[in-house]
Amino acid sequence: MQTAEIRIEHLFKSYQNIVALNDINLEIRQGELFGFIGPDGAGKTTLFRILSSLMIPDKGKASMMGLDVVANYKEIRKKIGYMPGRFSLYQDLTVEENLRFFAGVHGASIEDNYHLIKDIYSQIEPFKDRPSGKLSGGMKQKLALSCALIHRPKVLLLDEPTTGVDAVSRQEFWAMLKKLREAGLTILVSTPYMDEASLCDRVALIQKGTIMDVATPDSMIAQFGFPLISVRSSKMNLLLDDLKSLAETKMAYRFGDAVHGIMELDNKKMLIEALLNKGHEKIECETITPTIEDCFLLLMQTKDE
Amino acid sequence: MKGFILKEFLHILRDKRTMLILFGMPVVQVLLFGYAITNEIKNARIGILDQSNDYVTQAITQKILSSGYFLAEEIMHHPDEAEDAFRKGKIKQIIIFGPDFANMMTTSPPVSIQLLTDASDPNTANLLSNYTQAIVQDYVRQQQQQAPNLPVIQIESTMQYNPELKGVFMFVPGTITILLMLISAMMTSISIAREKELGTMEVLLVSPLKPYQIILGKVIPYVLLSFINALIILLLSATVFGMPMNGSLVLLLLQSMLFIFMALSLGIFISTLSDSQQTAMLLSMFALMLPTILLSGFIFPIENMPMPLQLLSNIMPSKWFIIIIKSIMLKGLGMMYIWKETLILLLMTVFFIGMSVKKFKVRLA
Repeated sequence: MQTAEIRIEHLFKSYQNIVALNDINLEIRQGELFGFIGPDGAGKTTLFRILSSLMIPDKGKASMMGLDVVANYKEIRKKIGYMPGRFSLYQDLTVEENLRFFAGVHGASIEDNYHLIKDIYSQIEPFKDRPSGKLSGGMKQKLALSCALIHRPKVLLLDEPTTGVDAVSRQEFWAMLKKLREAGLTILVSTPYMDEASLCDRVALIQKGTIMDVATPDSMIAQFGFPLISVRSSKMNLLLDDLKSLAETKMAYRFGDAVHGIMELDNKKMLIEALLNKGHEKIECETITPTIEDCFLLLMQTKDE
Repeated sequence: MKGFILKEFLHILRDKRTMLILFGMPVVQVLLFGYAITNEIKNARIGILDQSNDYVTQAITQKILSSGYFLAEEIMHHPDEAEDAFRKGKIKQIIIFGPDFANMMTTSPPVSIQLLTDASDPNTANLLSNYTQAIVQDYVRQQQQQAPNLPVIQIESTMQYNPELKGVFMFVPGTITILLMLISAMMTSISIAREKELGTMEVLLVSPLKPYQIILGKVIPYVLLSFINALIILLLSATVFGMPMNGSLVLLLLQSMLFIFMALSLGIFISTLSDSQQTAMLLSMFALMLPTILLSGFIFPIENMPMPLQLLSNIMPSKWFIIIIKSIMLKGLGMMYIWKETLILLLMTVFFIGMSVKKFKVRLA
């Protein structure tokens, strides 16, 4: 059992009458690549801000590396790298000036810590004289990550680093995070993209300020507990409602260009017959392995009940 | 820290709008305000030196004082007192009657009244002098109706400190004040608000930078730029308009530094109150620019304002700085005469710095 690098106990936070965090409890180990998965407004940013000492929780305690985020905020600020959800570099400064500035702010120099950011920074180095505001989304995030890393932090907090970034850059970004984790960093990432969950060591599914589940992506999928089918037919517009109306359907929703059904029973034959009765033709129906998104939707449904 | 200051300079130098405001504004404003604006006169404080004190001089004095334009602040007895009263800045004009006025009027006409006017504010000076002359003329006309062969009274009007009545002499101090206020206060407040708006404040806060480092890093570039600006305006006013520099240049520059610091701390204070550049801009406009222009005595003489506004003008830092600049540049006065104004500015600076340190948040909202 490794020591808990980050410990969160009964954390509450609300803005006026909106509850942003509702009794969050969590332990994150040293060296983990931990993902917070949830839609916009789930409370991810609030949690990151509390952990990075930018906000004070209403109730509860949180500590990082044994330091309390409220009382020892000065210490914590020296040891973390924080990348806010919004692009937060100086857009009128060039790539290199930004990096130099953030290194200087932490009393570090680019030269000393270049090896840390080499893989990432070398990709944007050809544009080092370009104002950072004129970079593409992916490059901006790479620069922001470089800036958050340049002072050799122990814990990296990345708030939605891949939002608004193209698919290729997202892949590259995650590849970098894997490398950084191998170097021993504890990394916390939040993302609204469910498909990124499988890239983390462990994920927390977060919704309306509560953590619904914490597990490794694989075990989360293994614990799904219901047969999941993906259905297509000639009358896609009616399919969702018709599927929902079946007694053995626990839950149904659109998923990409198909409809997913979480069933009480794994009986495809019966299902196809029922749909044929409702006038559907060319029915394609297959049992599939759930994704994290399916897990999320099921958990949401269970919580609501 | 060094990196922070460098970064701040880069922000300023890269932004064309900022540069335009920083260096285009002084030129435009000095030239614009270089032209006079007419003011009204009410209850101007004057001194009277009556060396004969006979029926004629008393009648004229009465007529002048009952006009409603003038108020006798000081009755003098010796010519030497005149200079001193001006230096104290209590009075705007002195009316001097020579000895044995009534007798001279009949025995050796024409007699003359001497008029000394403080022309560091040329519009007021001109008006005061004209009003006085008109009143004396009116008196003579009335007397001549009774005794047609009564001689004319001549008026020798002398303008002190600004004999050429150059309007720019009055506007340069005002312009320096406004520009320093604008650059120092508005620019700093906007630049801090910009960090908040663009989210970069979040990153700065998470860094180990201490609040005072952030504040100083913001302030130092603007101190330098504002100082350069002050020099530009002074140079411009000296070369283009021939503004005199009667006092100590060193003292003037030191006082400017003090005022710049005051304005900067005010700017930081504003920025702690505003979350966006727009709020900072509006706050600076309404809280700084308008009062500075309207209430500092720059355009409208404070003496002519209604009482509540006169009281309000006392909390305008610019009012005190304008007094200081005028005293040094036009009257050539030293520290002895302006210690009170200096002290007020100093206290204001301390107040704003204290308030902003108290208000500066080490966390987000």
